[in-house]
Amino acid sequence: MMVKTIFAGFGGQGVLMMGYSLAHGAMSAGYNVTFLPAYGAEVRGGTANCTVAVSDDEIASPIASEPDNIVVLNTPSLYTFQNRVAFGGALFLNSSIIAVESSRHDVRIFKIPSSEMAEKLGNPRTANTVMMGAFLKMTGLVPPDIYLSSMETVMGSKKKSVIEINHKAFAAGYEFLKMAE
Amino acid sequence: MNKVLMQGNKIIGEAAIRAGCLFYAGYPITPQNELPEYMAENLRKVEGGVFIQSESEIAAIHMVAGASAAGARSMTSSSSPGISLKQEGISSLAACELPAVIVNMMRGGPGLGNICPAQGDYFQATRGGGHGDYRVIVLGPDSAQELADLTMDAFDLADEYRTPVMILADGMMGQMMEPVIFKEPKPRVYPESFAMTGAGTGKSKIIRGLILDPLEMEEHNWKLHRKYQVIAQRETRHELYKTDDAELILVAYGTGARIAKGAIKRLREAGLRVGLFRPISLWPFPTNELRDLAKRTENFLVFEMSTGQMVEDVRLALQGRARIGFHGRPGGVVPTPVELANVVMRQYDRKEGIIDPVT
Amino acid sequence: MMKKVFGRPRSMKGNIFHYCAGCGHSIAHRLIAEVIDELDIRGITIGVPPAGCAVLAYNYFDVDMIEAQHGRGPAMATGIKRVLPDRVVFSYQGDGDLAAIGIAESFHAANRGENITVIFMNNGVYGMTGGQMAPTSILGQKTTTSPTGRQNILDGYPIKVCEVFSLLPGTAYIERCTVNSPASILKTRKAIRKAFQYQIDGRGFSLIEILSPCPTNWKMTPIDSCRWIDEVMSKQFPLGVIKDVPAEVSDERKKGDKHHDG
Repeated sequence: MMVKTIFAGFGGQGVLMMGYSLAHGAMSAGYNVTFLPAYGAEVRGGTANCTVAVSDDEIASPIASEPDNIVVLNTPSLYTFQNRVAFGGALFLNSSIIAVESSRHDVRIFKIPSSEMAEKLGNPRTANTVMMGAFLKMTGLVPPDIYLSSMETVMGSKKKSVIEINHKAFAAGYEFLKMAE
Repeated sequence: MNKVLMQGNKIIGEAAIRAGCLFYAGYPITPQNELPEYMAENLRKVEGGVFIQSESEIAAIHMVAGASAAGARSMTSSSSPGISLKQEGISSLAACELPAVIVNMMRGGPGLGNICPAQGDYFQATRGGGHGDYRVIVLGPDSAQELADLTMDAFDLADEYRTPVMILADGMMGQMMEPVIFKEPKPRVYPESFAMTGAGTGKSKIIRGLILDPLEMEEHNWKLHRKYQVIAQRETRHELYKTDDAELILVAYGTGARIAKGAIKRLREAGLRVGLFRPISLWPFPTNELRDLAKRTENFLVFEMSTGQMVEDVRLALQGRARIGFHGRPGGVVPTPVELANVVMRQYDRKEGIIDPVT
Repeated sequence: MMKKVFGRPRSMKGNIFHYCAGCGHSIAHRLIAEVIDELDIRGITIGVPPAGCAVLAYNYFDVDMIEAQHGRGPAMATGIKRVLPDRVVFSYQGDGDLAAIGIAESFHAANRGENITVIFMNNGVYGMTGGQMAPTSILGQKTTTSPTGRQNILDGYPIKVCEVFSLLPGTAYIERCTVNSPASILKTRKAIRKAFQYQIDGRGFSLIEILSPCPTNWKMTPIDSCRWIDEVMSKQFPLGVIKDVPAEVSDERKKGDKHHDG
């Protein structure tokens, strides 16, 4: 098994955090993983993206020319990455921000109004965690409990309230797609 | 031992600190900035640990020379253009027989090039790099784990042979996060008498590379040469991957070798018997080990993220015993395993290719 | 019994200087060695000679010495001093070494306030390579690469290293001296001693510039060279203390004490 996922959005939306926490969770679940951030001239508010590969075998290239999944938090990222997703892959959109439709009809598309959901939960900055809930619900890459403990690890010594709200955000995303089904 | 998920640049920093590195100087350049940043934060917490953001790569390497002479395990890092600047100091370290570890996270070149992963500095690294008759031990890691292990080994080798050692990786190795387990470093073996710490009540010491008398200089050159010969005999490292039954053997290192392994997986699924010879020590190049493989197959394909540099060492190793094909992607392009697999498929049954006239 | 009134400093080896007749290097070497003896720091001193005429300084100094590539002395001294902060580290540099190829290393070591001592030999010419123009050659000075005399529009201006470096908050003590007369030699000795003492006391970066005669490349007699320093060179590069932060601080303190007493 080899699953590659690209996470993309504006800088500041927690895009790298999504990839980092997934990679950490997959490592904890016993997989080989690689996490590769796009690097270059640093621009705040510019686009950010990273690629995570999860496999039970050695990972050759950490780059995904044809990712199985993409998780996009803003419209420019949708345009950049939607045509790269492998046939039959999955596309996770933050539908609070992305108003346009994807041009792909050969992939599964999941729209999650994650920014609105995060806002409702009381912290708009947890939109990325909402997305992760939905993402893991549909891909089943990492069991939720392992992921959540990894999320806490990679968030470092954040306040307990921050951890709590992220747990809630994750649960909301996880539940959302269950309801939508 | 805990498995941790860390970025390549930081892994080198952590491995260096664990190996007892007490001095780091460097100048920012992408894609290796996380390494000096890691040292700024963590080396200064170590007792006696010194981090300096130097005014230039040139200053950094000479600070390292000073710190090394004073007896500290010392390190600097940079990326391609910055490594060019460091060559004056690396040549001097070799001349003065001072240990040091230099990290090159290669990027596209020549000139400023770009900041993407590339392997265009192979010649510079393995042929000495600066002026004069010398070599640098060059290690090419291909995973997070090797970044850690080879960094620790680099300090040991530098001390043992009193010579600069280079970790030659690229932007992808530096930027990528992968799980790593830090091994227990070996205790340092480096006689105090090698360090310059002031004469005390005894005789004063001189460390120098300037030897004006040609006969004396020649003697020093041969002395260094003999040392390099010993290194060449004892310190080659390589990995064989599925070569036992291979009809065609890929030769690649570092990131290139990862891509090659991915290609081989696909090719084997398609029924093609392809293996990989991965040099881990780039200098000394594992010449004999590669030559041995020519007894098994006559079909080799070198893959590099350059227009072809290591291929020359492969030709020197095989000396006409086999056909050598080449596939290169310079400029910061990291090809997919599929692309490389397609190239191999086309060449799998070929009967042409470079066969050196030398036998 | 005869009393020995003059001898070789302990911190000098017995080798005969290779320097030309009338050159300032040998005097400067001896002064440094005398100061090292006087402060009893031979065993803890590490010197960094330059590329240039003084490249072989380690043949004369009997202290630990490590060669630096051209201009990199202060970077190397930085590395040594940071690893061994209780040692006394000095770099010995010429004008090309300090003010041209090594200006960055020198300037930034000064700016970091490295606790080292720089002895800066300014003779306004590249001696070892045969008399080419230096960054400190004065306007009109004839050298092998300014055959009609240095012209500012083509060759730029002589760099006043002490004045420039004194603007850096990291520098503690900067003085310009010369060695063209017994009196000036004694003054230089005092300056070198002060600089080393400041380093021992942890006061920070000090730089002693020494206007040094180069009769060979100036194409003058030694006596004319000494005169030229007085009449021409020191007009361009005025002698004296340019900056002495520790002394200023102690003056302030004294003033403060007086005020308190009053």
